[in-house]
Amino acid sequence: MLKLLKQIAVVGIKSEAPPRPDPNLRVTGERLKDEILRVFGGSLAIRHVDAGSCNGCELEIHMLNNAYYNLEGLGIKFVASPRHADMLLVTGPVSRNMETALKRTFVAVPDPKLVVAVGDCGCTGGVFGESYASCGRVANVIPVDVAVPGCPPTPVALMQGILAAIATKRPG
Amino acid sequence: MAPANVFDGLGLDLAPVRSATPAWRARIERDRLRETCIAAAARDARLVALWGSDERDRDGGFALHLTLATDGAMLWLSVPLPQAAPEYPDLSDVFPCATRMQRATRDLVGIASNAPDQRPWLRHAAWPADAFPLRRDFPLARTYPNGTDDYPFVAVAGDGVHEIPVGPVHAGTIEPGHFRFSIVGEKVLRLEERLGYKHKAIDKRFEGCDLTAGARLAGRVSGDSTVAYAWAYAMAVEGAARIAPPPRALWLRATALERERVANHLGDLGYLGNDGGLAFGLAQFMRLKEDVLRLNAELFGHRYLMDFVLPGGVARNIGRHGCDQLVGQCDALEREVRTLKDIYDDHAGLQDRFLTCGRLEPDLARRLGVLGLAARASGQALDLRVRPAFEPYDRLGVEAMVRTEGDVAARVAVRFEEIFESLRLARILAADLPLGETAAPFETLSGRACGLGRVEGWRGESMVALEVDGGVIRSCHVHDPSWQNWPALEHAIIGNIVPDFPLINKSFNLSYSGQDL
Repeated sequence: MLKLLKQIAVVGIKSEAPPRPDPNLRVTGERLKDEILRVFGGSLAIRHVDAGSCNGCELEIHMLNNAYYNLEGLGIKFVASPRHADMLLVTGPVSRNMETALKRTFVAVPDPKLVVAVGDCGCTGGVFGESYASCGRVANVIPVDVAVPGCPPTPVALMQGILAAIATKRPG
Repeated sequence: MAPANVFDGLGLDLAPVRSATPAWRARIERDRLRETCIAAAARDARLVALWGSDERDRDGGFALHLTLATDGAMLWLSVPLPQAAPEYPDLSDVFPCATRMQRATRDLVGIASNAPDQRPWLRHAAWPADAFPLRRDFPLARTYPNGTDDYPFVAVAGDGVHEIPVGPVHAGTIEPGHFRFSIVGEKVLRLEERLGYKHKAIDKRFEGCDLTAGARLAGRVSGDSTVAYAWAYAMAVEGAARIAPPPRALWLRATALERERVANHLGDLGYLGNDGGLAFGLAQFMRLKEDVLRLNAELFGHRYLMDFVLPGGVARNIGRHGCDQLVGQCDALEREVRTLKDIYDDHAGLQDRFLTCGRLEPDLARRLGVLGLAARASGQALDLRVRPAFEPYDRLGVEAMVRTEGDVAARVAVRFEEIFESLRLARILAADLPLGETAAPFETLSGRACGLGRVEGWRGESMVALEVDGGVIRSCHVHDPSWQNWPALEHAIIGNIVPDFPLINKSFNLSYSGQDL
C-alpha cells in the first residue's frame, strides 16, 4: 500500500489543458438548441460503437481517459448502455455485418442526441471503402453531426471534435 | 538455407520460396492432402493458415492453400480442386484450428470440407449462401440486401442452465463480437464465440492493388499490430521482387516492432489491473503508454507507427539524437515498470483475481495450435524472433519468456518479462544501429512471383502469403494468430465465473479485426 501511495505522490498530476473545439469538424448545421448544448457541455455521456474499424481509433479513444487528456475532468464520460448516452461515437467503416447493430444502437440512444464519426474510415470509408462487405462511411448508415478525420485521429483531434459537437453558438 | 528440413521426408516436390526465414512451396493432389497433414503433424508441424483461391482463369479450377510451420521452416501447400467438385477432406481432427478457417474459406470461395460443422463463419446476412465474394467473377462492389441472420448456436440443456448473449456491441470501448455463455448460477459451463462482425473484404480489396497501396492496407488489418503486418507484407514483397532491405532498415523495423510490443503490453497491464479492481494500475500504465506514443510521433511520424515499414525499407531515418532519446526512454520505462511490477506482485487483492483464473493447460494449448503470447504463457516456447529468427533478431539473442501455469497471472507475468526483454533489445538496436541507407530501390515486378512473410507480432505470428502478377497483387492472404487463439479462450473460461470473463478475455486480448478480415 505504501509503495502504491508513494508512486501516486511521486508521479503527481499530469493533466494538460484541453484543446479548443474545432468548428470545421462539424458536417451539419447545429441541430440542437443552446439550452440542450449547455446541459451536454456540463455533463456529457458518450456511448462508443465500433462498426468495423481496424482497432486503431479505439486505441486513441482509450487514451482520452489517460492522465494527460483526462476527458472525465471535462465532465465527459463513457457509458455502457446507449440508453444512458447523449452522444454516439462511431469508429470504423460500417461493415455490413455491423449495420443492423449500429442502427439499433442509434435508435436506442434517446433524443436529443449527437453522433460523431471517427477516423478516415468513419468519415469517408478510408482504405476499406464500400464493397460487398462494407457500407462505407458512418453517414451512409446513420445521421452524423461531426466527423473527425485521421488514421487514427489523435486524442487532441478527438477532443476537438467532441467539444465542437457540444459547442454553443456563444463560446464559453 | 534451412539446416534440417522437416518437410523433406514427406515425399513432396519442394520449391524454395525466397523469404526472410526458410520457406518452401509445394503442390499436391487432393488424395494426398490428409496423409501429408498427418505426417507433418507427426513431425510437430503446426497449421498456421488455411485459405482458398479461385484459379479458374489459370487452370480451370480452385485451390486450397495451407501453411504449415515447424521451428525451422514454413511450407506453403497448394491443392488444386476441380471446378465441378471443389471439395476437400476435413482437416480439423489433425489440426483443430482448421475448423473456422475451413468454414470461412467456404463462405468466401465456395470450396467446402466435409467437416460436421458447416455453419457460415464470416458470412452473416450480407450475401446469400450461393454467392462467393472471393471468386474472380464476383465484383467487389456487388451488394445484396440483408438476409435473415439465424445463426444456430449450440444449446446447452439442463436444470438451471441459462444463456447470456453478449455483443456484438460490448459495454466498453472494444471491438465487436458475440459471446454466448451457458451458465449455472455464475459459473460458465460453455462459451461459444461468434465472430466475423468486422469483415471488410480485405482479401478482395488486395486484388489488383499495386504493391504500395497493398502496404497501406496490410498495415490496417489490425491497427495495434500495424508494424508486424507491414513488416510481414514487406517481407513477402521483397521475397517476390528479390530485394534485400539494407541492414539499417531492418534494425529500425525491429525498433518499431519492439516499441509496438511494449506499447501494447503497457496498455494491457493497465487494463488487467483495472479489470481486477485496481484502477491505479490503469492510470499509471496508460501514462507510460502515452509517453511511448508521443516519442513515436516525434521520431517515427506516427503514434502507432503506421506506414513506417514499407517494402524495401522504412519511411524515414532516425538520427543520433533520436537514438539517444529512444535509449533514454527505455531506461525511464524500465525503472517505472519495475516499480509497478512490485506493486502488482504485492497486491493481494489483484493477485487473488489473477492466480488460477482462466487456465489454459499446456497440453491443450499445444493441441489447439495456440500461438504467440498465449502459447508462451501455457508452456509453448514459440517465438519467431528465437526460432527461426529473422534478421536482425538472429544476432540479438532474444529470450522467449515462457510460463507453464497458463492462467491470467501467467499471461500478466509474460507481458512484464517481455517488456523488459523488449527494452533490452531496443537499447541494443538504438545503440548499434548500422550505418547506411534506410531503403533499397524498389521497381515494379513484371511476371508472376510469390512471397511469404512471417513476423512475431505482439500477439504472435503474423503471416502474409502473396501472389503477384504483372506488377499488381493477384492475391494476398493475411493471417492473424487470433484464429488459433480465439478457440482457446472458449476452453480457458470453463469453470470460471462470468464476472471473470473480462479479465480472462483481456489477458488474451485477441484481435477481432485481424480475424474477421
